Amino acid sequence: MRYARDVAIVAFAQTDTLRRTDELSEVEMVMPVLHDVLRQTGLRTSDIGFTCSGSSDYLAGRAFSFTMALDGVGAWPPIPESHVEMDGAWALYEAWVKILTGEADTALVYAYGKSSPGEVRDVLTRQLDPYYVAPLWPDSVALAALQAQALIDAGAADEPALAAVADRSRTDASDNPHAQLKGSVPSGDYIVRPLRTGDCPPIGDGAAAVILASGDRARELCERPAWIRGMDHRIEAHSLGVRDLTDSPSTRLAAEHAGAFERPVDTAELHAPFSSQEVVLRRTLKLNDSVRVNPSGGALAANPVMAAGLIRLGEAAARIHRGESDRALAHATSGPCLQQNLVAVLEGES
Amino acid sequence: MSKAATSKECVAVVGIGQTKHVAARRDVSIAGLVREAARRALDDAHLTWADIDAVVIGKAPDFFEGLMMPELYLADALGAVGKPMLRVHTAGSVGGSTALVASNLVASRVHGTVLTLAFEKQSESNAMWGLSLPIPFQQPLLAGAGGFFAPHVRAYMRRTGAPDTVGSLVAYKDRRNALKNPYAHLHEHDITLEKVQASPMLWDPIRYSETCPSSDGACAMILTDRAGAARSPRPPAWMHGGAMRSEPTMFAGKDFVSPQAGKDCAADVYRQAGIADPRREIDAVEMYVPFSWYEPMWLENLGFAAEGEGWKLTESGVTELDGDLPVNPSGGVLSTNPIGASGMIRFAEAALQVRGLAGEHQVEGARKALGHAYGGGAQFFSMWLVGAEPPTT
Repeated sequence: MRYARDVAIVAFAQTDTLRRTDELSEVEMVMPVLHDVLRQTGLRTSDIGFTCSGSSDYLAGRAFSFTMALDGVGAWPPIPESHVEMDGAWALYEAWVKILTGEADTALVYAYGKSSPGEVRDVLTRQLDPYYVAPLWPDSVALAALQAQALIDAGAADEPALAAVADRSRTDASDNPHAQLKGSVPSGDYIVRPLRTGDCPPIGDGAAAVILASGDRARELCERPAWIRGMDHRIEAHSLGVRDLTDSPSTRLAAEHAGAFERPVDTAELHAPFSSQEVVLRRTLKLNDSVRVNPSGGALAANPVMAAGLIRLGEAAARIHRGESDRALAHATSGPCLQQNLVAVLEGES
Repeated sequence: MSKAATSKECVAVVGIGQTKHVAARRDVSIAGLVREAARRALDDAHLTWADIDAVVIGKAPDFFEGLMMPELYLADALGAVGKPMLRVHTAGSVGGSTALVASNLVASRVHGTVLTLAFEKQSESNAMWGLSLPIPFQQPLLAGAGGFFAPHVRAYMRRTGAPDTVGSLVAYKDRRNALKNPYAHLHEHDITLEKVQASPMLWDPIRYSETCPSSDGACAMILTDRAGAARSPRPPAWMHGGAMRSEPTMFAGKDFVSPQAGKDCAADVYRQAGIADPRREIDAVEMYVPFSWYEPMWLENLGFAAEGEGWKLTESGVTELDGDLPVNPSGGVLSTNPIGASGMIRFAEAALQVRGLAGEHQVEGARKALGHAYGGGAQFFSMWLVGAEPPTT
């Protein structure tokens, strides 16, 4: 569709993703990336038109956890600001819409998640239907294993193919200084059949930040802005029993509305925490071998929950900033077995 | 303001639905509760699920129900499958913020018609527990919200010299207004001023009857563009301005009695709506008053009274349902508090007033109304101003 204004990602920063960050509060984790994107653009907090963040109280283990992170932003004088209890990719969406209304020309978006204080596999079970499913505590790996097995049963993948996805991701991550798991990583034992350790994401803590700007403001702030040509997100039914787990219709719909199928992309940053999910997404998005998929290593190399989706948008944008991509697709997911998906198409000025 | 701002699409409220708010809705699941409100909003707008392009949902912390990111589980119940669904969380202001995020989808022309909904089913868990978890990095919010806000009420009284009877007047008024609102939680038919004043002291100077209840409930609205409003069979409420402002929880310069973020937020809304004199130009106010003393405090913060004068408006009856600036004709948060929904109820009740559909608690001739919400340590603010006529600019 035709949007009211051109909006671009003009700066991106992320922390290293680490298994534990006991010595850091969430505020301390977020501060460096906020300072980094502000430094890249030369903007000060008071120059930002809108601020939006994504995080989850359940990871933090306390209610209203985002209020403390806001103190780190330095919201004084008071700022127009909002928060989604979702991955930061959706905070970026909210900020993008805000700029489209014309009420802001720039936006600061950040997201963070510390998985280390709890057991993230257990924590994520609290996302499930609270009356019928959550009391059984089916964890995120077990649900992903159902999806992987469905894929294998459908003949769309086999275990060696999944291992190859994981291997390629972590090999690519060798060039990513922020990645948690990189290089030659053994497939390991089964965690939940057919998924082995290597098919699953590392558990880690991390934060990311992005700055958006409209039109000429974006050109002033960035040599080669990553223009958002389209962005959309869709959700599917919650119950796994009514979904075809080998397909991702919400991703396809989001991609259609974002204009992803209008012309081929050269890069795709897919938020696929499990190797099997990359297979599903590649099929859905019709990505052939000419597309560079997850050059950052993707979520199999670093998966800070609540920031990993925003990082996909940031990594795709950064490749455009560096001139390594002209048209990139970025994807974020939320919920069990790819329930909710966001797709953005980013382009460098041709 | 940039040039593009003038080409924003108009936003209209064409459907409103609430549940009957009660202490515990044991007859429905969370999904059943939200669907009830959404269904009523669709009925009000004469629309079906298929007419909705996107869903924006809000609630206060996930710990209040013990359910992480409930929008995932609620997608089916809200007809969101195959649609975009956003989940907003800005503490107590969330109901208002959620409506504003939804309004931006329409204003930006990304979507034509949006369902927005906020809820809390407090009976599923325990809000006091949800706010008092021991955590490694910060002190827990001790003794619930009342313990946090009582010292700021005391500071207001000291600063303005307000007599200590003002708080009970607000509670008495709001509980009487609630009797006229079929959706309100507390219906205290035998309420008297003496009963309010004789109720136990909880957090000095806040008495039991000057605090909000814990409610189960949901509120939904259908927001649409100019074309959608033209098709609406019932009168729409038009959005004339909306804004959010946040400031840090704790810093040396913070004024907890009248936070700067609240003043700035109101000023932004009035600028957008072309309001020069809020006291004269606004006909009804739905204000977030969880503890009675916040009415006089916010009257000043929102520019309806000069600093130190808010309590005089309350005391003289100006804010009564038949006064010339009715505040919380619905009975307000003091009578109904499904926390995450409370802000949206304020926004929705303001819209009901200008649509002329507020029933027994209708303010006669209300043409412009303000909906207000705040949250966190009085640090997050969201407000909108709605009118019976479309904005002229």
